[in-house]
Amino acid sequence: MSFSNLTRRGLIQTGAVAGAGLALPTYLRADGHSGYTNAPTGDTVTLGFNVPQSGPYADEGADELRAYELAVEHLNGGGDGGMMGTFSSKALSGSGILGKKVAYVTGDTQTKPDAARASAKSMIEKDGAVMITGGSSSGVAVAVQSLCQEAGIIFMAGLTHSNDTTGKDKKANGFRHFFNSYMSGAALAPILGENYGKDRKAYHLTADYNWGYTTEEAVRTSTEALGWETVAAVKTPLAQTDFKDYVAPVLQSGADILVLNHYGGNMVNSLTSAVQFGLREAQANGKNFEIIVPLYSRLMAKGAGENVKGIFGSTNWHWSLTDEGSKAFVKSFGTKYGFPPSQAAHTCYVQTLLYADAAERAGSFNPCAIAEALEGFEFDGLGNGKTLYRAEDHQCFKDVLVVKGKENPDNEFDLLEIVEVTPAAQVTYDASIFGGELGTCNPGA
Amino acid sequence: MEAIVLQILSGLDGGSAYALIALGLTLIFGTLGVVNFAHGALFMIGAFCTVTLQRLLSYSHTVIDESQKDFLGNPLKVQVPYIQDWFGEAAANTIIDWSVPLAILFAIPVMLIIGIVMERGLIKHFYKRPHADQILVTFGLAIVLQEIIKAYYGANPIPAPAPDVFKGSFDFGVLLGFDANRIIYPYWRLVYFAFAALLITGVFVFLQFTTFGMVVRAGMADRETVGLLGIDIDKRFTIMFGLAACVAGLAGVMYTPINSPNYHMGMDFLVISFVVVVVGGMGSLPGAVLAGFVLGILQSFASMREVIEFLPGINQIVIYLAAIVILLTRPRGLMGRRGVMEE
Repeated sequence: MSFSNLTRRGLIQTGAVAGAGLALPTYLRADGHSGYTNAPTGDTVTLGFNVPQSGPYADEGADELRAYELAVEHLNGGGDGGMMGTFSSKALSGSGILGKKVAYVTGDTQTKPDAARASAKSMIEKDGAVMITGGSSSGVAVAVQSLCQEAGIIFMAGLTHSNDTTGKDKKANGFRHFFNSYMSGAALAPILGENYGKDRKAYHLTADYNWGYTTEEAVRTSTEALGWETVAAVKTPLAQTDFKDYVAPVLQSGADILVLNHYGGNMVNSLTSAVQFGLREAQANGKNFEIIVPLYSRLMAKGAGENVKGIFGSTNWHWSLTDEGSKAFVKSFGTKYGFPPSQAAHTCYVQTLLYADAAERAGSFNPCAIAEALEGFEFDGLGNGKTLYRAEDHQCFKDVLVVKGKENPDNEFDLLEIVEVTPAAQVTYDASIFGGELGTCNPGA
Repeated sequence: MEAIVLQILSGLDGGSAYALIALGLTLIFGTLGVVNFAHGALFMIGAFCTVTLQRLLSYSHTVIDESQKDFLGNPLKVQVPYIQDWFGEAAANTIIDWSVPLAILFAIPVMLIIGIVMERGLIKHFYKRPHADQILVTFGLAIVLQEIIKAYYGANPIPAPAPDVFKGSFDFGVLLGFDANRIIYPYWRLVYFAFAALLITGVFVFLQFTTFGMVVRAGMADRETVGLLGIDIDKRFTIMFGLAACVAGLAGVMYTPINSPNYHMGMDFLVISFVVVVVGGMGSLPGAVLAGFVLGILQSFASMREVIEFLPGINQIVIYLAAIVILLTRPRGLMGRRGVMEE
């Protein structure tokens, strides 16, 4: 007599189901006790810093990582507290997040979407990261944001400037503090009009990928509204290193302005070519020929050397700002590392504080509670003046800096001078203009 | 017409870099039979010889200037180059200003040594191995070299400007009778073209009119017979590897004002340079030079706005299209010799 109805087939089926269950990634198993992915159970909470540690943006990634380490130090009560002392919200006390000490793991995005997703996935599944942040590319940001949405993890974007990140590709679990192409165009246009007049002919060289397209569109739209004419827009391969073939014909086109919708190495090389071909000294249509770089980065400006002098662009933040938050951050970062932080470092530091603050105010690490705490959150003291995390698209709205390559730098870091702080109201747009659906928050359960 | 002249000019300096790298590649392939995928890395190391010399010349001691403040509000630490102490400010500035041409003198011994060490230390062990093994090991070496450079110098481009006297551009069009401001060309790119022409001529003269060159050419044609004559052809080929490394390195040194050096610049040139070698004809030195300039000019024309508007994306594939057409019509390339890389 047998009390068991176990059959060979039943055993195989049971084993297969159990095996599949064990093989499932952590985030798909959903913590049954907490109702969300990677709920911290011990006395630490783990954050995942996904930055380019190799590849062309490795230096920018290294600066992001420095900022994250500083943020973790401050959250855990170390150092001088940095911007925690100037932040308008006083929820952070220097005792970690919700009483748990902050730990972190890092991943290398390599500035490749596939590699970035793989490293983020690994930090979520193997290391139990409760939030992913970082990156230096919009392609990477969109890819990782999508992964975090599926995984039920909050994504606090690093340096990503494409309209798409919080436009057509926005996600309920993703948040961006950095500004975008639209804001660059809206901030730059009035300054360009004042300095170069309203009767101008622009020639665009545009990096042949998503960010390049949105930046070209933003600058074209805003400058054409001023009265400028766009005589040509040429896409340049992302892997292009010498831009002579693209720059050489510019003067023959009838243009008197060259807009370089390039970032990183592309920007350094195209600007160098443009300066070599005498565009800075040239005359066209009876006017001085001018060059514009819509998105500046101090690290990239350093690579371009003296070629940046006098050239207008925009930036999210600059270390020379004199508000209390910026001063506190520059002091903290500069004392620890010996040089001022980049805009990438700033946005990453701020995103970490904003996440921690949201968790404290929500009283939970549940991504949906944190998302709710961030949506519509207004704050100040983090270096960009009064800022709103807009609920409709999870984009921060704050002042935008119009900068110019400094003619007579005082030191090796003094490469850009702030020409104008464009008020947030001037760069704010309707959340629906870039399409996309935010969807609903996914806690992973 | 102006546009055509401009694109030809533009193609000449791009072609100069292709020709110089392809010349070195062909020298190595023709003498040692090795397909050297680390050749782009040698170009990159040459560029970083300029950066290194610049840093050596700018090597400084710190002076505290109480009258100025740094970014934290502390008294500014001013870096004063030692050469300024030794030669005075004006002379020091001139020396630093001329660091790119001076780097030629610095790079020649450095690149010769790197080339010879590379050949003796690694590549000689792969002479009798299949080409696939050679490609793998040299490609691996290229990655190692570029990662070393990145670890030491960082990933960002480092500016290395031309001497002040060569900065800016001149109106080439006026010389040819066109209107002003129609054909503007940078001085340094013309210097680069002239330098490339000089270097290529030098290599040909060396191979054609010296005893050493004659022996090397004989060895390229029939290595065994030359060996049977009691000549240590391996030693000469090792020196040729060093020479090829030197050509690539000098191409890199002089390229630095055109594009700021970065650790990846060798890889950017490598694939195109191999296409140049194949199009020119494997083992043919004049073929490599000819193909370098032809493909450089072709790429320049394909990058014209009017051409891109008519054929979108042509700028990215024109070199490969040209290679397909040339290899279909002339399977040995433009000036390839019978029996090279053929069964």
